[in-house]
Amino acid sequence: MQKKKASAVTSYNKWGYFFLIPFIVIFLIFQLIPLVSTVYYSFFENYRSGLKQIGPNFVGLGNYAKLLSQKHFLTYFKNTMIMWVMGFVPQIIVSLILGAWFTDPSLRLKGQRFFKTVIYLPNLIMASAFAMLFFALFADSGPVNSILMNVGILAKPYKFMSHVWSVRGLVAFMNFLMWFGNTTILLMAGMLGIDSSLFEAAQVDGATATQIFFQITLPLLRPILVYVMVTSLIGGLQMFDVPQILTNGTGDPMSSSMTLIMFLNKHLFSKNYGMAGALSVILLIITGILSMIIFKTTAQNEVK
Amino acid sequence: MANKKASGGASIHVRRAVSYIVLILLSFLCLFWFYVLFINATRSNGELGRGFTAIPSTHLIENLNNMLHSSQPMLSGLRNSVIISACTAALCTYFSVMTAYAIHSYDFKGKKAIFTFILAIMMIPTQVSALGFIRLITKMHLMDNFIPLIIPAIASPVTFFYMKQYMESNLPSSLIEAARIDGAGEFYTFNKVVLPLMVPAIAVQAIFSFVSSWNNYFTPALVLHDDKMKTLPILIAQLRAADWLKFDMGQVYAAIAFSIFPVIIVYLILSKYIVGGVAAGAVKG
Amino acid sequence: MKKRWLAIGLTAAMITSMAACGGSSSTASTAESKPAESAATESKPAAESKAATESKTESKPAAAGDEGKVLNVEVWNDEFINRVTDHYPGYEKVSDTEGKIGDVKVNWIITANQDNAYQNNLDEALAAQADAAADKKVDIFLVEADYALKYVDADADVAMPLKDLGITDADLSKQFSYTQDVVKDANGDLRGSSWQACSAGMIYRRDVAQEVFGVSEPADVQELFKDWDAYKAAAAKLKEKGYKVTASANDTYRVYSNNVSGKWVQDGKVVVDENIKKWVDDSMELVKAEETGTFDLWSDDWAKGFFQDPDGKVFAYFGPAWLINFSMHADEDGSVGKAGGWALTTGPQGFYWGGTWICAAQGTDNPTLVKDIILTMTTDDAVMKDIAVKDSDCVNNKDVLKDLASDTSFGNAILGGQNPYEMLAAGAELVDMSNISIYDQGCNEEFQKAMKNYFEGNAASYEDALAEFEKNIKVKYPELA
Repeated sequence: MQKKKASAVTSYNKWGYFFLIPFIVIFLIFQLIPLVSTVYYSFFENYRSGLKQIGPNFVGLGNYAKLLSQKHFLTYFKNTMIMWVMGFVPQIIVSLILGAWFTDPSLRLKGQRFFKTVIYLPNLIMASAFAMLFFALFADSGPVNSILMNVGILAKPYKFMSHVWSVRGLVAFMNFLMWFGNTTILLMAGMLGIDSSLFEAAQVDGATATQIFFQITLPLLRPILVYVMVTSLIGGLQMFDVPQILTNGTGDPMSSSMTLIMFLNKHLFSKNYGMAGALSVILLIITGILSMIIFKTTAQNEVK
Repeated sequence: MANKKASGGASIHVRRAVSYIVLILLSFLCLFWFYVLFINATRSNGELGRGFTAIPSTHLIENLNNMLHSSQPMLSGLRNSVIISACTAALCTYFSVMTAYAIHSYDFKGKKAIFTFILAIMMIPTQVSALGFIRLITKMHLMDNFIPLIIPAIASPVTFFYMKQYMESNLPSSLIEAARIDGAGEFYTFNKVVLPLMVPAIAVQAIFSFVSSWNNYFTPALVLHDDKMKTLPILIAQLRAADWLKFDMGQVYAAIAFSIFPVIIVYLILSKYIVGGVAAGAVKG
Repeated sequence: MKKRWLAIGLTAAMITSMAACGGSSSTASTAESKPAESAATESKPAAESKAATESKTESKPAAAGDEGKVLNVEVWNDEFINRVTDHYPGYEKVSDTEGKIGDVKVNWIITANQDNAYQNNLDEALAAQADAAADKKVDIFLVEADYALKYVDADADVAMPLKDLGITDADLSKQFSYTQDVVKDANGDLRGSSWQACSAGMIYRRDVAQEVFGVSEPADVQELFKDWDAYKAAAAKLKEKGYKVTASANDTYRVYSNNVSGKWVQDGKVVVDENIKKWVDDSMELVKAEETGTFDLWSDDWAKGFFQDPDGKVFAYFGPAWLINFSMHADEDGSVGKAGGWALTTGPQGFYWGGTWICAAQGTDNPTLVKDIILTMTTDDAVMKDIAVKDSDCVNNKDVLKDLASDTSFGNAILGGQNPYEMLAAGAELVDMSNISIYDQGCNEEFQKAMKNYFEGNAASYEDALAEFEKNIKVKYPELA
């Protein structure tokens, strides 16, 4: 490029701006303006009472104070994180194991394409339909209870939707099912990218498969693990469809499966724009902080 | 040493057996639900009440028929979902390639800043600006319209990032130079030279953006209120609604199957590219 | 250069076709959705009865020439659409969501109730009413009792007073007064009208009553369930034989909540009425004794009791005529309804449930037609009788109900031939609507949800469940915070 004549280069390069226009314009209109106005609304009292509009009245940080002084805001944050961890931990473990198996030449697993296709499948399923399906399957008189009773595990139906940990467990399990295939394939790609001479050298030194995995594979996978963790965490904070539909928006029992976005959705539906704005901003800040922490802690020892 | 080696040889078989068992178990976990869904979609409400059976029944057509003629407009839902997802996929991939191309092959002031900026906004969850988004859409009189669900796809940082990565390894600058020497305009070059070279990446991302738009529930639920305009996920969520006109479980299962199985079939046909595509995007992740 | 223009043209074409993608949706009608009978109208006889044909000739669609050509009707399901299709003279069905009356096109705008979506959508439409083009204006909207007050409010003035349409008190004289109380504003003006009188009762299984109590006739069973203490005693007896008195504690919620002594919200504070607290205590007792369950109404598990040999063996449901006729799976083999196994009695306390009111939107450009629809659908004797006979609605017309009640040839097959109208008419006279408020829907919903936690032991105490309720209600109604 640099070898080109200066004038020609500039005349080409102005096209860089042209090609950026659609992205920038659309971003400004549909993302930046909404984002800025969300922040703006968060400083106002602004809602509907019946058909009457209340506000907008400027209340400064009033909405934030109200939100943070309520215990349940923290509860919902905790719920979100609990359900994320419950899904993410098995997801990352299973994915690492599967990735290692798929890429281990000494194992020579057959039917890899079939397995990969199958484990990726749940990722493409509409979360709302998946949740609706699970709701129907785990109903008191649904197929799961009916099967468990037929084989004699249960004497009477287990009320999956009426126990804190079974609801959270189901949400986490669905998230696990939807994402472990995707993570496996990502990690596999990362593992295949590792220089195979490293493995050979280790084998010559008499390292076992487990040692190779922990001493070589895992450290070298760190960048991709960070990527998986950050995207999964951001996805986790946005958890909505599955618990929303599984619990019909109640987040029951006792709001133990109510996530932050479900809470936001409630404010949006009651047209309480001030509170919804404040909640959105807090959510944005949390996302930023958590991403930073993960980046920092996982990338610390890395040689860059 | 010899001893160790022998045990290593035996353990290969054990490890292989274990991996097969685990894989089969996981596959079962992935597929079981769809099997139950299929079985139940073929059974009448009365049969469903009598517990689960492993064999399909004969009411599939009846259930589908009831579902299509229920107060839930599933057919228009399907059409709306297809329109929105297809337009989203087209716009998203085309303009992401364009944006990536701008960053990849031109040199201009502020390029680095813009690139960093796009990477930063990748982290912003869409829901946090939902409030401002709805108010904006209301002011623009675009409520109950597909435009606010389609057009924003033009600015998709994640797709842009994937395209940028793909270009770095698959777009030789010599080809672009050659086109310029032939006197082709920049825009022409982009459409006729760059786009064709990007087809594999476009295919993968088109599928992804199609699927994520197909499955999207949050934003459409806020934008679309008229039953004729609703997409499948909203209609599915409505199955949970308490309305005395609908609670035939056969229909409910049929409706879920109706919105899931098209994607599964497309996926099975294209699975080779999709699974490969996830990996291709990941290497640089 | 030429090529460049070509390319730009291409993109332009592409963008317009994209825009068309978005735009076409609004114009493309649901052509593919074939006219079909929904579950609700499956019982609809093919031939129209004489009454309807007669009324067709006498009241002509009266769209005045200078009025709008499009009638927009906001609804949440197809109940009213079916009523109009079957009973309004001159209505022609074009598709599931479109019809014609004379040269006026009828546009049904269906928004499901889920998550308050219907009201949210209606609020938007009414807010935009003043600026909307004539053909886009809402002409008619429907409301339910739980939130009717929000829309018939004199200050909000979104529903026209019926007298402004030219509908007189004399026109409405045969209606039950409770149906008018629901849509009365602070000045005493009526701003809506209903064709239904949804007084309700206890719908029980005759065979189970016979087995457990040795009696099965409504009058005898009523003695056993005459008040809540008797009800609890009877529930214990049912339990001995393996039956639950109701599928869920929520079944009786409306019976209690209709008989309260004060409003949900008083002086900006949520108040739980004594009778509602009694529901909690009574239900907790029944749930603990496993004499009733905790299912959500309308859930699949709840509906199991509509069938002959369910796991949940349910003795009774509480509901009005529409529950009997549409929701009890009477058209399915193996259901109690198909065998005519139900009977209706008043139960411990009288109550009503549901009902749909028709409101004329302020600013409508079709006042004459709207007036005619309201009059025909909610006051015309012949049409009302036709609705009662064909759709088994309990209609909002004292004369018609009186006729039907004394008609010995008339019996409801699902109720084993029992004629329920005398009981329903008597019940409708007694309904007291003095304690409704605009918060009823949210409060009723959230209260039942919160108490479910208490019944199932997830809330440690009633107070915890109550706190949960208050927390959620404040999110729903910020002004209560």
